[in-house]
Amino acid sequence: MNAYRIVGTPQPQIDARDKVTGRARYTDDIRLPNCLHAAILRSPHASARIRAIDTARAAALPGVKAVLTGTDFERTFGVLPISKDEPALARERVRYVGEPVAAVAAETAELAAAAVALIAVDYAPTPPVLDARQALKPTDDPLHPELQRENNLHKQVEQRFGDPEAGFEQASIVIEKRFTFPSVTHAFTEPHAVQVEIDGRGNLTVYSATQVPHYVHLALAEVLGIDEHRVRVIKPHLGGGFGGKSDPFPHEMIAAKLALVTGRNVRLRFSREDVFFSHHGRHRTQLTMKLGFHPARGITALTGDFLIDGGAYGSFGVVTTYYNGVLLQGPYPVPNFAFRCRRMYTNKPMCGAMRGHGGVNPRFASEVLMDMALVQSGLDPCQARIDLIHRENTLTINEFRITSVGLQRGLEEAMRRSGWREKYGKLPYGKGIGVACGFFISGSALPIHWNQRPASTVRLTVEFDGAVTVYSGASDIGQGSDTVLAMMAAEVLGVDLGQVKVVAADTRLTPVDLGSYSSRVTFMAGNAARNAAIRMRRLLVAAACRLLALPEPGYPAPAPPEDGFRQGGRAPDFDADFLGANPDYSDGFEFADGRIRHLDSGKQTGFIAAVHAAIEGPGILQTVGNYRAPKLGGSFKGAGAGLSPAYSFTAFIVEVSVDPDTGFVKVERATCAHDCGFALNPLAVRGQIEGCFHMGMGQALMEEVLHYDGAVQNAGFLEYKIPSPFEQPEIDLVPSISDESEGPFGAKEAGEGPLAPVIPAIANAIFDAVGVRLFELPLRPDRVLAAMHKAAGR
Amino acid sequence: MDTRIVSAARQGVATRLLSLEVNGQRQQRAVAPDITLLDFLREELGLTGSKRGCDLGECGCCAVLVDGRPMLACLLPAADLEHSAITTIEGIAEGTALHPLQQAMIDEGAVQCGYCTPAMVINGVHLFSGESRPDADAIRTCISATSCRCTGYNRIVQAFQSTAERLAEDPR
Repeated sequence: MNAYRIVGTPQPQIDARDKVTGRARYTDDIRLPNCLHAAILRSPHASARIRAIDTARAAALPGVKAVLTGTDFERTFGVLPISKDEPALARERVRYVGEPVAAVAAETAELAAAAVALIAVDYAPTPPVLDARQALKPTDDPLHPELQRENNLHKQVEQRFGDPEAGFEQASIVIEKRFTFPSVTHAFTEPHAVQVEIDGRGNLTVYSATQVPHYVHLALAEVLGIDEHRVRVIKPHLGGGFGGKSDPFPHEMIAAKLALVTGRNVRLRFSREDVFFSHHGRHRTQLTMKLGFHPARGITALTGDFLIDGGAYGSFGVVTTYYNGVLLQGPYPVPNFAFRCRRMYTNKPMCGAMRGHGGVNPRFASEVLMDMALVQSGLDPCQARIDLIHRENTLTINEFRITSVGLQRGLEEAMRRSGWREKYGKLPYGKGIGVACGFFISGSALPIHWNQRPASTVRLTVEFDGAVTVYSGASDIGQGSDTVLAMMAAEVLGVDLGQVKVVAADTRLTPVDLGSYSSRVTFMAGNAARNAAIRMRRLLVAAACRLLALPEPGYPAPAPPEDGFRQGGRAPDFDADFLGANPDYSDGFEFADGRIRHLDSGKQTGFIAAVHAAIEGPGILQTVGNYRAPKLGGSFKGAGAGLSPAYSFTAFIVEVSVDPDTGFVKVERATCAHDCGFALNPLAVRGQIEGCFHMGMGQALMEEVLHYDGAVQNAGFLEYKIPSPFEQPEIDLVPSISDESEGPFGAKEAGEGPLAPVIPAIANAIFDAVGVRLFELPLRPDRVLAAMHKAAGR
Repeated sequence: MDTRIVSAARQGVATRLLSLEVNGQRQQRAVAPDITLLDFLREELGLTGSKRGCDLGECGCCAVLVDGRPMLACLLPAADLEHSAITTIEGIAEGTALHPLQQAMIDEGAVQCGYCTPAMVINGVHLFSGESRPDADAIRTCISATSCRCTGYNRIVQAFQSTAERLAEDPR
């Protein structure tokens, strides 16, 4: 049915050749002339008052050009407008080991490091709050007194839908368990880095390893107290993010301030230890979850009480607090649902967004409980899940609009390909197979900063030479977003992929895109790019018609959604000029092989001839496309959290062996059904799923950030272990296609959703292998062995 | 740190003249005794293809060939490499002709963020320079020298395997 030339075919990244030859330029690879080097002094205390800071010796060192402390910054900041609680440099008190306290710019990196060592800080240590439960206790001295709370609560969310108590009464099985999750971290390979170039008029160009250039731009202007137009943020090549580079950071504020103060270019980079201090990883979580299940009714009720350890500052924490609960509204209907989530401030490096944001730990709990309920009911855990998954076009009890769902077919196929029926419950002791499902948003429907602008806008030009340039604010962080945007433009305009250039993530040259987080780029920037290309196609069709003496085709006005459901029960809100999402662009012409051909008459002209004809009038060919999420969701407080124009669905079937003598778990193979709608770039989709498996397996089996008195104990890759190629299994990827009518070419996300089900699938396979359930991550050999001994009555 | 030491280093008192070959080009520079090969390549020569991920020999992203053998540039004092021949990622392709492994990394989707890619290629080039065709275990051992967080390694293993097959059919 799809006669596409480019989308749907596996395409290497358009900059892959630069990456394999060392030509790709990452932030710290940039060489600015006459550049100062910056260094940061970090707190050795988890909690302390700063009595005094003596910078005189550092400032007196020849070659030192500036020294900053907390008093040099008036404003605090944060990615969310509701929790701008983080200073660029600590003022009056420090709240975690590793918090930036002072900074230096000097002629060389060595000098800057030496100068920082000469700064004398007089600390008065205070008792730290090291755990979320401790943070619940009343205190006269909370980390953030501005909140005027009696304890260290940052954010509390409570939501209730339906009647959970009645739901539990309808259940034949009710299971309640406590679960514990340590914090894990992104462990991207490129440490944070920033370079700032200042011009003679005091304008700043900030090159930063960031997933969110737009938010960094806004935060810099605010924190530095300068007009927004004086800031330009450019994201060069970026060495992995996974959510760990999706906040504005203190070091960005510091480097920019140093450039303003000195009038010189400034370079700053993190050590690996700095990266662990900065953290922003997944929240340490303690949760209690209760599931009511009935074989004929499915889930009758689900309740959860979540306590998450946020560390010292807010970051994305308010969103995380919501996501812990609301992302349980899939992949199965939950008719009666209630949760409470409390995010606590503690004296540790802050937690924030990490791949699968907020939904990963609760997903482990819900899928383990689900497995227990299905096993106790005597149902097949795989077939029963297939029967329970949301049907297409349904509204959840908290008013998420579920549109396309391809997971039933996908999981059926995964079941067949994995040999589930021959294996489940039938493998010898020590071998097991397990399954788990999940779902995730394809971009948050609501912006972080409330405004009426589109969620994503793309500008597209065609030059006299036929070059198509996509200007997008989206950040390619290694996932291949530049490539997928180029593919969509090339598809619509019928040109080769090589003809499409991408200018991305430069806040002076590219229109606003909110950034690479919440799995939003393919869906939102993708729709914007596709619409920009469609408008360009119409300009070229008009020019071709003039050249060929054909009447211009009429284009239908954007169709209102086929029913109210598509707009969440509301009237469509776009004007007649708005193309909407994923519009049909058939126009009676074929764009291919450098020609534009009228299908009915067979008349044709060259692509370049049409470009020349179209460009004659305006002198420049430029179009704009954008994407707005439809109005979605309920009217209750917090209804916006987790709203997305579409949701991806994933199932993993995993086989493990468990060594009965050591408790060591090895994942032998995995089968994945991921419903990403239409896979625009199957090579990239595969890469995302395999990468999700790696990260999920790491959290399941080995990863854990350890603290002692608040200090990170394993701030390096020798101590913080991530899986190696020897642990990673082959992953059989089952086609699991749905057609998402609002996704570009039918696409949904693939970057985050596949992670969450990996962890419970491994745990459920361990149960099949050795008959034990574990409720604390990671599933270390000692824990598995202890559980096996306990089960054996030893 | 004592300020006198810093100013001494700044004035270049302790530098020594280093002569070595990088990507076939003779280089002669005065270097501080404690400068690493990675800093020498990135900061002195501007060869930024070798990546800095940890400075501790843990992530493997800075691998280069020293006299044909893969070494971690962040752990090597440059001053010890007098008369050595260094090959960095910038020196792997011959003109515009990529090494088969580089091409395979592209074609198989083994490249995501690309930060580990130069080191993966460096180690692989050494692996494939040997006489015998590496088996699956040797390939995984080679890849495990470098930390990759994006790919889960599957596509990288695939790229190495297809390179092994290709080189077996058509040795360079």
